[in-house]
Amino acid sequence: MESGKTTVLIGPSGCGKSTLLRLIIRLIEPDSGSIEFDGKPVTPDNINASRRQIGYVIQEGGLFPHLTARANVLLMARHIGKPEEETRDRLQELAELTRFPQNLLPRYPLELSGGQRQRVSLMRALMLSPELLLLDEPLGALDPLVRAALQKDLKEIFTRLGQTVVFVTHDLAEAIYFADEIVLMNEGRIVQKGTIADLRFRPAHSFVSDFINAQRGIAIV
Amino acid sequence: MARLSNQESRRSRHYGRFLVSRIPNFFLILSWVPAFLINSSSAAESVVIGSKKFTESYVLGEIAKRILTDAGIPSEHRQGMGGTIILWEALRGGQIDAYPEYTGTIATEILKSNSNMSVDQVRDSLEKLGAGITAPLGFNNTYALVMRRSEAQRLGIRRISDLRIHPELKFGLTHEFLERQDGWNPLRERYDLPQQSVIGIDHSLGYSALANGSIAVKDAYSTDAKVEQNDLVVLEDDLHFFPKYEAVFLFRLSMAARAIAALRGLEGTLDEKRMIGLNAEAERTKDYAKASDLYFGDRDVAARRPHQYIGESFPHKLTRWTLRHLQLAGLSLLLSVIVGIPFGIVASRGGAVGHVVLGFAGIVQTIPSLALLALLVPLPFFGISVRTAIAALFLYGLLPIVRSTATGLQDIPRSLRESAVALGLSPTARLWEVYLPMASRSILSGIKTSAVINIGTATLAALIGAGGLGEPIISGLDLNDHVTILEGAIPAAVLALLVQWCFDLLDRVVIPKGLRL
Repeated sequence: MESGKTTVLIGPSGCGKSTLLRLIIRLIEPDSGSIEFDGKPVTPDNINASRRQIGYVIQEGGLFPHLTARANVLLMARHIGKPEEETRDRLQELAELTRFPQNLLPRYPLELSGGQRQRVSLMRALMLSPELLLLDEPLGALDPLVRAALQKDLKEIFTRLGQTVVFVTHDLAEAIYFADEIVLMNEGRIVQKGTIADLRFRPAHSFVSDFINAQRGIAIV
Repeated sequence: MARLSNQESRRSRHYGRFLVSRIPNFFLILSWVPAFLINSSSAAESVVIGSKKFTESYVLGEIAKRILTDAGIPSEHRQGMGGTIILWEALRGGQIDAYPEYTGTIATEILKSNSNMSVDQVRDSLEKLGAGITAPLGFNNTYALVMRRSEAQRLGIRRISDLRIHPELKFGLTHEFLERQDGWNPLRERYDLPQQSVIGIDHSLGYSALANGSIAVKDAYSTDAKVEQNDLVVLEDDLHFFPKYEAVFLFRLSMAARAIAALRGLEGTLDEKRMIGLNAEAERTKDYAKASDLYFGDRDVAARRPHQYIGESFPHKLTRWTLRHLQLAGLSLLLSVIVGIPFGIVASRGGAVGHVVLGFAGIVQTIPSLALLALLVPLPFFGISVRTAIAALFLYGLLPIVRSTATGLQDIPRSLRESAVALGLSPTARLWEVYLPMASRSILSGIKTSAVINIGTATLAALIGAGGLGEPIISGLDLNDHVTILEGAIPAAVLALLVQWCFDLLDRVVIPKGLRL
């Protein structure tokens, strides 16, 4: 993954894009091969340390319902004993960054809207300033208006932070909007890597054309 | 209400047998004596009389106390301590010095021999165990078959053998009599009885059935006051089938000779008619001391003096029962929680170990609570004690907690479990900060179920002498006294409701607010 860039994993359902993400954060173990983080292979010994360098946001947000928005965001920082002052400043910074109203921080996830929950989830993922941010269809469950607003905010955030991002989606328009590089996957394998122009005009396989044509009707390039 | 007592002696013997027959070497194993039987209150040198949980035993205990007191020997009477096993163990352990018993019961349950031992044989065998018996007090409380006097006369039936030529007669027998070794089947064999129409019926209902002619013959006890009250005749046991249940006092040989001599003063002084009268009086007045005064009043009016019967006040008793009940249910629940939640965590992970844990808790739950108590009694550490009751309740309370913990944890959505992992929380932190709080509602509901079950089941603890609100319930059953039953049953029900209510309040404290939205 290129540092500071957004890589979008795209492909039909079941093509293995989420699995790849889950492999990176070691929610599942690879049958073969290895995963390197910062040039070092990820092993069970350093797995939790690596995980803290990776932010992970899923479609439903993955917020813990028994904790307030604030507690969700601060959970890891408290766990590893970060100074209170530092985390408070960081929280404020993140709330501004994600445009999350500070007065909603004491609320529980069930008291927040879907978009608000995803903002909290993003704050949680960014809390420890991770090297890598993994987003697994983070906007998939939102209605179009909220989705559009969040897309815009997300892109701004990535740019401002210079964040290395891996973004999973099955929506080509979203992929094009975010991607510095698009990785098209099918049946567990990478079919083609490149810009949308590469995919559009220099398809490596007939599947690439099929996939792109299937989502026609969207203004591409 | 004034049903007579003697069936209770049967029942009590039956409980004893129930425990003993399943427990070989019971006495070898159970050599220690439970601490709760130790009398903490009064004078160490006074003679302590015990009694079983039925009217006749209470009355005899009061009589013994009175005769010892009259002889200048300080004495006290510990009423209704339990069944044969508890009394015998208390006697062996020195917590009591003497108690009223029946020769047949001594032979079958204490000596585990056949019930037709003679009084001398019983005495010789007991001597080796450090115990002695008085000569029979004068009445034999055994089974008998009874009929309405009018019908018996009409059919010319006097003896059990006479029943042979009346195959049409209907028998209504107590369920216990139908099953006993000295009950219906061997009786039928011995007398070669032809009757086919034999039903099992409750003892007191049987008297009504007899009165209205639904049945012609039923089983009864020879000191049963109902026999006389209902104008029934006892059929002569002409083949001497029924064993002798001569009432005697069983005592420790180490008891003071003066005290033994005083008890022996009761030998041969109580015939069946007199015992029936005393039992009837005791049931009528619910005052055993008064009934025992009747015994002395009849014999020696000059010696009669106002008897001071100082009973424990009801609020005091209720407090004692309730505190013990809460102790039983509370301690066992605490153990269930301490053990059940970790087991539930293990079980939630599935796999072979998880299945074994859930399977074990499930099997324990299928054992009837009474049987579980009986199964624990022979184990070395347990015996007849509070800890046995707590252990049984603990095992009983385990399943709801294990299962609710396991389900609560398993029900956490995978995405949330993965989120906790992906955040980089250590396994311990995942459990404490995420999984357990999220499963708290389910875990708490399991604990609540256990608590309510425990409050109810703890009433059975009284069967093994562990006290609690079961004490008045069991006593009431044994004495056929509904008021006494309610004295335990109502507080137990109220307690269960209170516990439920307290847990509902606890929900608000323990379950995180975010889960209650």
